[in-house]
Amino acid sequence: MSEQTETPLARDGNGGQPAGDVLLRVTGLVRHFPVTRGVVFRRKVGAVQAVDGIDLSVVRGQTLGLVGESGSGKTTTGRLLVRLDEPTSGQIVIDGNDVTHLRQGKMRPLRREIQMIFQDPYSSLNPRHTVGAIVGAPFRLQRVKPPGGVKRAVQELLELVGLNPEHYNRYPYEFSGGQRQRIGIARTLALRPKLIVADEPVSALDVSIQAQVINLLEDLQDELGLTYVVIAHDLSVVRHISDQVAVMYLGKIVEVASRDQLYATPRHPYTVALLSAVPVPEPLTSGDGQRERRKRIRLEGDVPSPLNPPPACRFHTRCWKAQQICRTQEPPLAELVSGHRVACHFPENTPQVNEDAKPAAAAD
Amino acid sequence: MPGALLEVEDLRIHFPTQDGLVKSVDGVSFSLERGRTLGIVGESGSGKSVTSLGIMGLHQGTQARITGHIRLGGEELVGALPARIRELRGDKMAMIFQDPLSSLHPYFTVGNQIIEAHRVHHPEATKQQARQRAVDMLGRVGIPEPAVRVDDYPHQFSGGMRQRVMIAMALVNDPELLIADEPTTALDVTVQAQILDLISDLQAEFGSAVIMITHDLGVVAELSDDILVMYAGRVAEYGSAADIFARPGHPYTWGLLASMPRMDRERLTRLVPIPGTPPSLIRVPPGCPFHPRCRYGHLNGGRSETEVPELRDTEDPGHRVACHLTAAERTRQWALLAAGEVPEDVREMVPRGGVEA
Repeated sequence: MSEQTETPLARDGNGGQPAGDVLLRVTGLVRHFPVTRGVVFRRKVGAVQAVDGIDLSVVRGQTLGLVGESGSGKTTTGRLLVRLDEPTSGQIVIDGNDVTHLRQGKMRPLRREIQMIFQDPYSSLNPRHTVGAIVGAPFRLQRVKPPGGVKRAVQELLELVGLNPEHYNRYPYEFSGGQRQRIGIARTLALRPKLIVADEPVSALDVSIQAQVINLLEDLQDELGLTYVVIAHDLSVVRHISDQVAVMYLGKIVEVASRDQLYATPRHPYTVALLSAVPVPEPLTSGDGQRERRKRIRLEGDVPSPLNPPPACRFHTRCWKAQQICRTQEPPLAELVSGHRVACHFPENTPQVNEDAKPAAAAD
Repeated sequence: MPGALLEVEDLRIHFPTQDGLVKSVDGVSFSLERGRTLGIVGESGSGKSVTSLGIMGLHQGTQARITGHIRLGGEELVGALPARIRELRGDKMAMIFQDPLSSLHPYFTVGNQIIEAHRVHHPEATKQQARQRAVDMLGRVGIPEPAVRVDDYPHQFSGGMRQRVMIAMALVNDPELLIADEPTTALDVTVQAQILDLISDLQAEFGSAVIMITHDLGVVAELSDDILVMYAGRVAEYGSAADIFARPGHPYTWGLLASMPRMDRERLTRLVPIPGTPPSLIRVPPGCPFHPRCRYGHLNGGRSETEVPELRDTEDPGHRVACHLTAAERTRQWALLAAGEVPEDVREMVPRGGVEA
């Protein structure tokens, strides 16, 4: 399933992006969860193919957005990246070090390099610990003595994320959702990681607070030179924060491109459908003031079960362009134009049809 | 508006607690005609769900103190007998909740639950008739093979399908009023699109009035004819969807619009969040409840700190705004914000692409 591994593209990194400074490279990453039957004699009867052979690379200082619907495997991918879960096969290389199968003891130094921001600011903070204890925990666990002491380091972190450093002794319940998310971010930043994997960092927050946290993440990236992998289902948020965007469907990446390319000329039918489904805050009215419905591509049905995904192209069961070949032959993730890779036999917005002016302007 | 199906007038829903009186809804008025959709928008704690539960009479048995008027087809619901509310609920008015898994009973088949909803209000219907009705409804909401799936349990359905079952159950008695409380928040975008289309198709078919409660301005723009923006239990702005999106009048509405990343526009380098957090409903700020978070409060000489702004008409008919700013000032400030001006306080710490750490 790792047919892309040896192409020059995978080697020079982010399709079209300058090579050399790739911080994270993932090749052929697979995670299957075995499904077993029986109590005494457990036998494997199948596997949930949560992540099934994905290749990714992220350039230092940039943001990769990982989008997909529930069941697409985006969260599992995130957990694999921070090694909260053991991949079935594949390789994860961070800053030149292969971290795929590090043993528990060897993982400790790795945890300083990669950190995670969680979705739910309520369940990801221990309610019985003070903010000081929560944000200071990484120092304690890693036996790091920051200059000036832990308390001072924590207060600096709180200030960095826009919280009052005097709230050091308060408990999580005294904070609102947005502030809790800031506490989580402060904890993430304690050991100055290189890579931060953020799994739905703003989806539990109110709209106005979402914007505060997004701006904070961007400021921190600029100030500390962080690299992000942001997992989200909200396509507008992903467009706002990402440099590169990868679209996942049933454990596979179906399209990767720079932000502007992906949103201006989506090529995979699934991406096209996904983008057309996003509600736009602008009512459509026809000439006589009557309400009109926006034209969108309606996908029928739900995402099939990853326990038994459709053969060949996994999207063919819901695709309006599907032909015989889609049911028999898996389309490779191929580079159609520079920096834009699509796994589809019949991509949309193909160069000969479209004037293709936008991707050139969107080199960014 | 005479002849409206639902009229809510000066509705107040307060909850006494140990810490003080929680004024969840504090003087809300609106009306809704048959066949139209009202979108209620606001953040958590703005009182949008409490309002809808109040209409459905679901605060009975709690400590809630409800005053004001709720009239459904001319009939007063505030203070009505619980038995009468029970007759109306599920028959004349129905509700769809956010989380379809926790609103369906896991021990009963979906068919049973729909049949029960029907027979409660139609005791004359035989079991066969009610079952046939359930199958019809499941088919109407787009469940494939409804005659088979009617005997399935909720766990055998996906999230989108469960929401369809909820809609089937809500519509089984042809209600005149349908309240949808964040009906698509728990769903994926493509499924959300299916459900929104379904709600508006069914509305066209049954001619019911719909109240759509959501925090997502995109969802509101897709479906609503009118919009009510709530903040801290009060109405900040009320008007037609076209007016509110074209000429929003309240700084809070501006804040909601400017803080969303937009797919239909050029990508902005910076989002404009609303500063601060929503207030506690026990200690609602004096004067305009929004003033501690408002960037424009200083423009009216401190009035917003002492005087509660009334909901006043603007030049658009039916478009009302509760703000002390003059109409001219509002037009000017919104034009600036819409043109992409970034207020002083949200400028970047370091300009993008700047200093390395």
